[in-house]
Amino acid sequence: MTDRSAESADERPTRRQFLTALGGSALAAAVYGYGVEAGTATEGSTAVQSGDHPASQCHVDVLTAVARAVYPSTVSVDSSFVERRVFGRIEPKPGHFERLVAAIEAVDGHAQARFGGAMSEFSAGRRRQVLQSMGVTTVHPTADGTTAEQVRFYLVNDLLYVLFTSPKSSELTGIDNPPGHPGGREAYRRGSGEGDR
Amino acid sequence: MTSTDDRTPTDADVCIIGAGPAGALTAYSLARRGHDVVVLEAGERLTPEDHHRRMEMWLRPNFERNAFWLDELRDAYTSTGEINARLNDTRVKAVGGTSLHWDANTPRLHEADFEMHTRHGLGRDWPISYDDLRPYYVRAEREMGVSGADDNPDGPLREEPYPLKPFEPSYSDSLFAEACEELGIAMVTQPKAINSEAYDDRSECVGYGVCNACPSGAKYSAEIHVRKAETEGARVVDQVQALSLEHDWEGDTVEAVRYAAPDGSEYRQEADQFIVACGGIETPRLLLLSKSDVYPDGLANSSGAVGRYLMDHPSVETTAVLAEPTRQSNIGWVSSRSDQFYGIDSPGPGSYHLTFSNTAKSTSGGAQLRSPPTSPSNVLDAVEDPSSEALADLANDPLNATTFGDGLDLPTTAGPPYPLSIRGAGEMLPRADNRVTLDRSQTDSYGRPVPSIDLSDGEHERETIAHCREIQKAILSELGAEVTGSSTLSGRDMSTHHMGTTRMGTDPTESVVNEECRTHDLSNLWIASSSVFPTGGANNPTLTIGALAIKTADHIDETL
Repeated sequence: MTDRSAESADERPTRRQFLTALGGSALAAAVYGYGVEAGTATEGSTAVQSGDHPASQCHVDVLTAVARAVYPSTVSVDSSFVERRVFGRIEPKPGHFERLVAAIEAVDGHAQARFGGAMSEFSAGRRRQVLQSMGVTTVHPTADGTTAEQVRFYLVNDLLYVLFTSPKSSELTGIDNPPGHPGGREAYRRGSGEGDR
Repeated sequence: MTSTDDRTPTDADVCIIGAGPAGALTAYSLARRGHDVVVLEAGERLTPEDHHRRMEMWLRPNFERNAFWLDELRDAYTSTGEINARLNDTRVKAVGGTSLHWDANTPRLHEADFEMHTRHGLGRDWPISYDDLRPYYVRAEREMGVSGADDNPDGPLREEPYPLKPFEPSYSDSLFAEACEELGIAMVTQPKAINSEAYDDRSECVGYGVCNACPSGAKYSAEIHVRKAETEGARVVDQVQALSLEHDWEGDTVEAVRYAAPDGSEYRQEADQFIVACGGIETPRLLLLSKSDVYPDGLANSSGAVGRYLMDHPSVETTAVLAEPTRQSNIGWVSSRSDQFYGIDSPGPGSYHLTFSNTAKSTSGGAQLRSPPTSPSNVLDAVEDPSSEALADLANDPLNATTFGDGLDLPTTAGPPYPLSIRGAGEMLPRADNRVTLDRSQTDSYGRPVPSIDLSDGEHERETIAHCREIQKAILSELGAEVTGSSTLSGRDMSTHHMGTTRMGTDPTESVVNEECRTHDLSNLWIASSSVFPTGGANNPTLTIGALAIKTADHIDETL
């Protein structure tokens, strides 16, 4: 991670601190295979790949804490949603999850250094202050940018991507089956009386 | 992505250049009849996992959607006409070709499209009729797995049911239908190569809603016939660039394709028969690049028609809002259309069709837009030309939000008001000045001149689309909606359909291929592409490309 922002590398927790927690669990991605056999792809089918990812439970917990600060308060989220949706998806590019883990560590390191505690210990408002003080709210998401730009690209925008491709966003957007979610072919036919959106 | 390691030539009866729908269907059709087939494809082969990655690229505003295939230097071009060619937003160079991100709409052309000159004194007749092509349409619909209903009173005659049952109409279709009924406009089912039920070892549509990057396999892509062709023994070599075609001493037959491998090695693939299946831009370009002493203006170009008569489908959209819910963006595809205004004999100056929105609601990343408004290239465009629309696109995407929590920007809200829209695509007449040439001032990564696209609308297109916009507004007004916008042809982008640049005809002095899609000039050179269309009608071309490809393969089989 290129560090051109205020914080320095030595303010971040080490990878070892994160690895004191349990290693990342393997998940089956809830996705549909390209060219699956006829009749086998019903809603809820699983298994194109196993979710062998580099995040520990500690990483997932920090990511979940950030999600609760980034998402509107009406969206309830737990660590299983975050792990399944973020780390359970097919990695968009090689190395993406590694850099996401590094971004998680950068955020928690900044929280420790500047705010004196771990992200998961803070209120949602304080977590947003942490992100703001890193510059995450004002930078353009950039995969190979500054720490703040990478936190925005890998961490915040991964969280926003999985929210807006999930029915969890339906109440916010009025779209019951949002693009990216294989929610079947019922919602587009449903009348307004069955869902006032 | 995966790739073939061995890219050296092998013995072949048939060499096909391009692994899009036309190349894949001809490859399969010939390989299953026992012929040795080699397919050369410039792009890479995608894995099933790559399709999930593509979906994410499509949905996140900060990825370039064409990054999975684009090589900026290899794929450079220039655009000199009034219409922005935007080639690299619309085509795909990969195994499967542009079908990797097509919308999979598969209407047939109409009977009159084949006889525009005889019936109306416009353009040129095709050397084949709708009746000639109809059995091949049937075969193409089966191969691609087309769903639909025979419910179109304004459509071409059918004698066979669609292979797959139709998708059910959307809720918003019922709103449009009431207005259309009042106006006497017939709304019908949109045929499409998306599985409404399991078909051909592929799943039914599960509603991902990102059709351009469908990860489920329910939408047809030419990868399917690439796989089938390989099962039948065809050899598909990816990541090789066809550089030129070489002919015999007299210029009667093609002897070899010269191509380059990724390591810089150059090879000659020989075969008995050659098929160029590189789409409406690269097909004429390859012929123009293959000029020789016998063909100083380009291979198979005695007529001078190679590259000329380029056509697309000019399209416009009228947007509106309604006080009652419209239930948009819960599915990715169009379910209903109207051909009421298709044909010169129909009301209006020229052919166009209408499609009714299911995706008018904004989504993160602009899922339904061909080019995401906040992709890195578009951000640069917005900075250079900060129009209010461009800046709004940037600001409204939650992935660019500047506040989090309850202050998070949303791509859209639950309403009211509720959006909806009607699109229309019309016919462009063939004109010699609309053309693909070689831009010798710029070269690609192989040192070859890049294609130059010169395309402009004429009066026929402007009048046709003006009528289309009036009808769109009339339907929306009848519906009680408030019209919020209506696009025009001014400053427009080229559509995704590139046709006409090696046109078919009986007269070798004004056409490039004959009724079998064999070039007039060289007896073993065939073209499988929308580039052979003498006129383009107003309907999506891929089913017709497939039908012609299957027909061409039959003719080639007879020669082997």
